[in-house]
Amino acid sequence: MFDTAGIAVEAGQALLALALAPALAGFIRWMKARMQNRRGAPFWQPYAELRKLFRKDMVVSRHASWIFHLAPFVIFGSTVVVSLLVPVLVTPLPFNAVADLFAVVYLLLLATVFLALAGLDTGSAFGGMGSSREMTIAAISEPAIALAILSLALAAGSTNLGEIAARTIARPSSAISPGHVLAFVALFIVMLAETGRLPVDNPSTHLELTMIHEAMILEYSGPYLALVEWASWLKLLVFLTLAGNLFVPWGLATSLAPSALAVAFLSTVLKLVVLAAAVAVLETRVAKLRLFRVPELLAVSFVLGLLAVASSFSVR
Amino acid sequence: MSADVVRASFWLMCCGFLSAAAGVFSPAPRIARALTAAGGIIGGAAAVWLSALVLAGPFGFRLEIPQVLAAAGGLAFHLDRLGAIFLAVIGAVTVPVSIYGFGYAAAYDGRYSARWIALQTGVFLLSMCLVVCAASVLTFVLAWELMAVTSWLLVITEHDRPDTVRGGLWYLAMTHMSLAALLAAFFLLGRHGTTAWTFDALRAGARSLPPGTRNAVFILALIGFGSKAGLIPVHVWLPRAHPAAPSHVSALMSAVMVKLGVYGLLRVGLDLLGGGPAWWGVVLVAAGASTALTGVLYALVDDDLKRLLAYSTIENVGLITLGAGAGFLFLSLAQPAAAAVAFSAALLHVVNHAAFKGALFLGAGSVLHATGVRDINRLGGLVKRAPWTAATFLVGSLSIAALPPFNGFASEWLLFQSFLPGVASSRASIAVLLTLGVGALALSGGLAAATFVKAFGISFLAMPRSAEAADAHEAGWAMRTGMAILALACPVLAVLTVPVLSAISGALAGVGGLPAASTTFSLGVVLETPQALGRVSPVAIMAVLAAVSAGVWLAIRLVSRGRRRVDDTWGCGRIGQTSRMEYTSTAFAEPLRRIFGELYRPTDDLTVTVQPGSPYHIRAITFRTQLHPWFERGVYDPLVRATHAAASRVRALQSGSINAYLAYIVLVLVVLLGMVIGF
Repeated sequence: MFDTAGIAVEAGQALLALALAPALAGFIRWMKARMQNRRGAPFWQPYAELRKLFRKDMVVSRHASWIFHLAPFVIFGSTVVVSLLVPVLVTPLPFNAVADLFAVVYLLLLATVFLALAGLDTGSAFGGMGSSREMTIAAISEPAIALAILSLALAAGSTNLGEIAARTIARPSSAISPGHVLAFVALFIVMLAETGRLPVDNPSTHLELTMIHEAMILEYSGPYLALVEWASWLKLLVFLTLAGNLFVPWGLATSLAPSALAVAFLSTVLKLVVLAAAVAVLETRVAKLRLFRVPELLAVSFVLGLLAVASSFSVR
Repeated sequence: MSADVVRASFWLMCCGFLSAAAGVFSPAPRIARALTAAGGIIGGAAAVWLSALVLAGPFGFRLEIPQVLAAAGGLAFHLDRLGAIFLAVIGAVTVPVSIYGFGYAAAYDGRYSARWIALQTGVFLLSMCLVVCAASVLTFVLAWELMAVTSWLLVITEHDRPDTVRGGLWYLAMTHMSLAALLAAFFLLGRHGTTAWTFDALRAGARSLPPGTRNAVFILALIGFGSKAGLIPVHVWLPRAHPAAPSHVSALMSAVMVKLGVYGLLRVGLDLLGGGPAWWGVVLVAAGASTALTGVLYALVDDDLKRLLAYSTIENVGLITLGAGAGFLFLSLAQPAAAAVAFSAALLHVVNHAAFKGALFLGAGSVLHATGVRDINRLGGLVKRAPWTAATFLVGSLSIAALPPFNGFASEWLLFQSFLPGVASSRASIAVLLTLGVGALALSGGLAAATFVKAFGISFLAMPRSAEAADAHEAGWAMRTGMAILALACPVLAVLTVPVLSAISGALAGVGGLPAASTTFSLGVVLETPQALGRVSPVAIMAVLAAVSAGVWLAIRLVSRGRRRVDDTWGCGRIGQTSRMEYTSTAFAEPLRRIFGELYRPTDDLTVTVQPGSPYHIRAITFRTQLHPWFERGVYDPLVRATHAAASRVRALQSGSINAYLAYIVLVLVVLLGMVIGF
């Protein structure tokens, strides 16, 4: 179980995810800019931002406690652990034995909770507002995620990420089964809510009253801000990878052969580009929803998840 | 030899709790408190030891005392493995709570009688332990009633507060309603041919009972035990009585006593009746799901720290019931292996909830002790003034929100997993029910996270919102020790999930219709469900998470050259930051309160006073909001009114004239004699 090559690839895979995450965010920004007839910053702009932030001084509120200092590390750490669990290139890997979809969801919730606590810690009204809204959205998106997971697990007979991908590879026809497609749409909607994209939260907003994610991290600066931002990009990458590699798993390497790894790398990047383009198109086409309309969107996702589960009874 | 050791530890447990009760004879309050604590620690440790022996050994513990109450059949005790799991929980929570209580109750010296508290606490602890050891109806009912009465007396310790007395009254009424239901259930259970009212005889006789009687027994047991556990709609006493009690007693009640309702339900429904038709499971799943959701939704909007925790107890009992209901359902569908997983998940949550709810109530008690305030809207900033309390409350909050790497995650994960085989392989109607159960489980998990971000974030972080919170102090050594033990139990239980789970599945093996072989969950440190539907390792997640976070911290320390400056919180250019600008507990919950507004139906009252000259210059705004659960109003208000009406009718008999009373006595005597002669 503890093979060195596997562990090395596992770590390499997580580092690759970390390295690609800023580019993904930059790509979405660039594509949005092009579609809005702007020139836009190049896709490597986020790397420059990270470099700048890691060198900067830090301003910490005098009301902040150790929670404020702990949170960036927990947020970053738990998101990295999630990226270790998700099959980015290869399946199965050593850590995949415990790569459970519920564990992924609850690890991401851990990061959300710490972000919300950090938002409250400085006593700023904006932080409190962001925390309150973030927890609201996190709470009501949980059932939709659970049902999407349930329908995937029913099809695969397991909640293990590697096994879900492996079953779909083994039975290609299941990828176009109604349950699969409905679950994909359900998970995509939840992904938009969880990663703070339009129509739930506007990642490029500068108006405090409409912020959610930005409001919580308003007090962070310097290296802490870099960690939190990097973690949020990584979270986006993890969700898109899940969407790509669970529902369309072809290209994932099943061995550690270099050629298979190269194919896996190219296919993962291709899937990410396609999904990121979809996000960018969506973000230029839709407006932000009022906060109290978001439950309706998530209810749609929940119903889709329910239908996905129900359709798996009917085809069984 | 072993049988003697087992017997000796049983007597040691009884003696420990009785010596706690002996504090009633002590000359000074401090000695009474010390005796309570020492007795509680000895009794609790002996209880843990006794249950460990029973769980490890091949035989249970049996003891019969026919001489006591011989006319009614005498007392009988039998501690089997199922009971031992619960006894271990009682004992393990009692020890830290007793240490904590020594410090906490010091504030009562001179105000309330420490001697009476000692007596009540000792008897309360003993009666809880005897409930799970009882092997006959008489023993069980005696212990149960003793537990109810002593806990009621403890609830009304602060009897000079009107709220406390009212909460105590609700508790007294509901617990006796539950007792009546239980007595009826036991009488129905033993009606057919049994002369001995032992559980063994009832179990043997229950097989031949007609289905109608079995159903009636189940429904009565569900009402009786469900009320003790806090199932909706018979939960009404819980959010009133638990916050009113002294905090260490609240911890005992929430972490341990409500679980005895679950114990009773399993004892009667699973062990004595051996499971039943599918609709029993359906009823339990529905009750569990609605209890979990209602409990957490009311916890979310509550601004009283202890009442919030009480509502969250209701939620967790709902989750446990959800697991048990799935177990009953699978049993009726002839899937005993899946049933064993579901019951194990429920019991694992019983164990885990005891740890984090104990820690949370002790933490809330320290807040109350330090500030005298329970309203979250008036707290804040305690993380700097009471770091131990804050750390305890944070660990408890993360655990109860089912976040890895703490213990709540393990049991909630197993609950999810236990639903999967049911959804996969049963009839469509049941599959849909279980799917909705999964949805309810997930929603209550998410809402619990929001609730505890609010509870911890608003109470402990940012700036103090009142003078009391600004002057807060850390708890003394005894309280800190008690809190630290329960807080540490949360990560430790997460690491020990596999051994705890194998003890639980061993306890469940062969009970009711469950498979005789115990279910294996272990793969080293990896937790695996029997059909390999899922695997997770809390230990691995904990280790990797800690390693990555620490690594990043170190890297930042080494690489970053930037300096750190301390300044004001940014406020759009405004200078100076006051606590009036912070988010409050009510504000935090507002979005969810609006989303679920149909359930809450709050009464809001907004008054805006403007300057005499212009309607645009506002002088003051007052906002008052009240949440009274409407279904309680709908169900209980008519009931209370009817009781009052009936009582005032009966009062007509109370004329105050001795002659009339003598006439009543004669009348009753004549009727009784008539009955004796007639039959």
